[in-house]
Amino acid sequence: MTQQPKDTTEYWRWQEYHRVRSEKSWSNKDVITAGIDVGSVGSKAAIMIDGDMYAWAVTRTGSNSPDSAKKVLGMVLEDTGLQLDDIKYTVGTGYGRVNVPMANKAITEIACHAKGANYIWGPSVRTILDVGGQDIKAIHCDETGRVTSFLMNDKCAAGTGRGMEVFADLLKIPIEDIGKVSLSLDEEPEPVSCTCVAYAKTEAVGLLRKGWTREKVLAAYTRAMAVRMANLINRVGLEKEFVITGGQSKNMGIVSRIENILGVKTLPSPNWREGGLDPMIAGAAGAALFGKALYAKSQGS
Amino acid sequence: MITHYGYIDGSGEYFIVIDSDKCSGCQKCVQQCPQQALEMVTEFVDLEDKNVAAVSELHRKKIRYTCAPCKPQDNQTPCVLACEEKAISCVWKPL
Amino acid sequence: MVTTAGIDMGIQTVKIVILKDGEVVARAKAFSGFEPTKAAEQAYAEALSAAKISSEEVSNVSATGSGMDMAPYASGTVSMMGADAKAGVFLFPSARTVIDVGAEEARAVKCDERGIMMDFVVNERCAAGAGAFIEAMARALEVKMEDMGPLSLKAKRASPINATCVIFGESDVVSLIHRQESKPEIARAVFDAMADRISSMVHRLGINPDVVLVGGVAKDVGFIESLKRKLGLTILVPEHPEYAGALGASLTAASRVKGDHK
Repeated sequence: MTQQPKDTTEYWRWQEYHRVRSEKSWSNKDVITAGIDVGSVGSKAAIMIDGDMYAWAVTRTGSNSPDSAKKVLGMVLEDTGLQLDDIKYTVGTGYGRVNVPMANKAITEIACHAKGANYIWGPSVRTILDVGGQDIKAIHCDETGRVTSFLMNDKCAAGTGRGMEVFADLLKIPIEDIGKVSLSLDEEPEPVSCTCVAYAKTEAVGLLRKGWTREKVLAAYTRAMAVRMANLINRVGLEKEFVITGGQSKNMGIVSRIENILGVKTLPSPNWREGGLDPMIAGAAGAALFGKALYAKSQGS
Repeated sequence: MITHYGYIDGSGEYFIVIDSDKCSGCQKCVQQCPQQALEMVTEFVDLEDKNVAAVSELHRKKIRYTCAPCKPQDNQTPCVLACEEKAISCVWKPL
Repeated sequence: MVTTAGIDMGIQTVKIVILKDGEVVARAKAFSGFEPTKAAEQAYAEALSAAKISSEEVSNVSATGSGMDMAPYASGTVSMMGADAKAGVFLFPSARTVIDVGAEEARAVKCDERGIMMDFVVNERCAAGAGAFIEAMARALEVKMEDMGPLSLKAKRASPINATCVIFGESDVVSLIHRQESKPEIARAVFDAMADRISSMVHRLGINPDVVLVGGVAKDVGFIESLKRKLGLTILVPEHPEYAGALGASLTAASRVKGDHK
């Protein structure tokens, strides 16, 4: 029997990057604030000048939250000319928010996500589905980005970013292609009845042996995950000004299926690949905006 | 802010719903809950920190089991009855 | 003289029990693999030869388990909950609650003194409440699954890990390893997490003593210890807990022969 060379490709690995809007400039008179969102899978940072986005960064969260916060803050400051001392107020958010050492305050990610979505998509946003690495949140907010209703799912990997990473590895499809591949069939297969990611490891292999293509397996699972997510949104109340944030907002397979199930289109997202705001940084953006408001409050204005 | 604690799965819908805008922070529900499933948490609203009742972190993932002994079908659980502000409700729809 | 057989078509393994006048005369099992029917045929032949009987001597074959519709030879089926109740009371006449924790499913059954099921609760298809959880954590810990139990008994305390999802539990185990937590303590944490899940499930049903634990995971001393601590009760465990479903099916087959089963 010939030994297959071991495949060491990290199919789950997604792009880490930072971006500066070089067309903007800052001076010492500006209120420069930072938002740091340490999620279970990704860490995000945003720097704002007087409440306007200047720079952001996205990286993978390591095993230690304070280190991840420092790393992403270091990344976001690159090429900005800013020093740590120039930042007037820093807000930490996300799953690791209490472990952001440089933060002046920690605020829950729910409040930050709604605020950030309001900034990225504008005041018409009412329903936000945040699909993060470790959980799925359905948020309903008002025109100021204030949360009115909120629901978080049971801690289960099905449909989360972590679950998708497992699929990428299992089917040997780079994670950034997962959405496209899942949509490459002419006919949508029935969703699988069991969404458990741990069982999928064995069940997907069984389906492949039965002659299913990788595309069909992926489509059937993505469909099942989308059904789960759509159920959560219906509970908090769906309005047509609807957006998806978090890492999975980049998964077209998830986004288009949710739209199809709910019968509602998401508001068009900025193109993050071409310098537009990244839907993944909604939490960090909201945190930086709260930073600005809290700084103003602390100055008594 | 209305927070829905619980979940929907193949066996039905299970939610404890708390409206923190109505919550006065009196803690009566926390004292009345026979399962010690409620606690006070800090919520950030309108740039202020407010102390409000919430389902504790420990019980958030197993509401269906934690709350089962109260037999909430009629929605008159100790937490719901304890709240003078009517900030708590529950939804219990097993299939 | 009545000889009957029960086939438990489990997700991971197929189990067979042959009963002769109310006594177990043979047991056999095989991995289900991708051809569970074939696996069952093999295990059945093995059980017949162990019992030194021919297939003509078996008056009734009944099947249970998630793949019961694929069982060969069977003239009838019995629900997994029904089989658990029958087997539990047969093994321990005082049993009123039977907890069955298998490789991929867990359930608890409330029953009466005749072994008739009164009520039940099942863990919907989620790996966190079944043997698959221990298996995945053992892999993350680089420990053989059968060594997990004895290892956990050496622990002095437990570190909490995520018990609600195998995928997240794995990450928790990896970070505990990074924090240089000892293996016995992590193993103990795994069983405590799992026992927490199962006891929550049983509490939903309400506990009627005596409590019997069956299914493949009932062979694990680490899990038994954690579940005892969590429930605060003694738990009865039979000698061959993984055969409870097949035994229940065989008992059902026997009552079908006697004609007292509706």
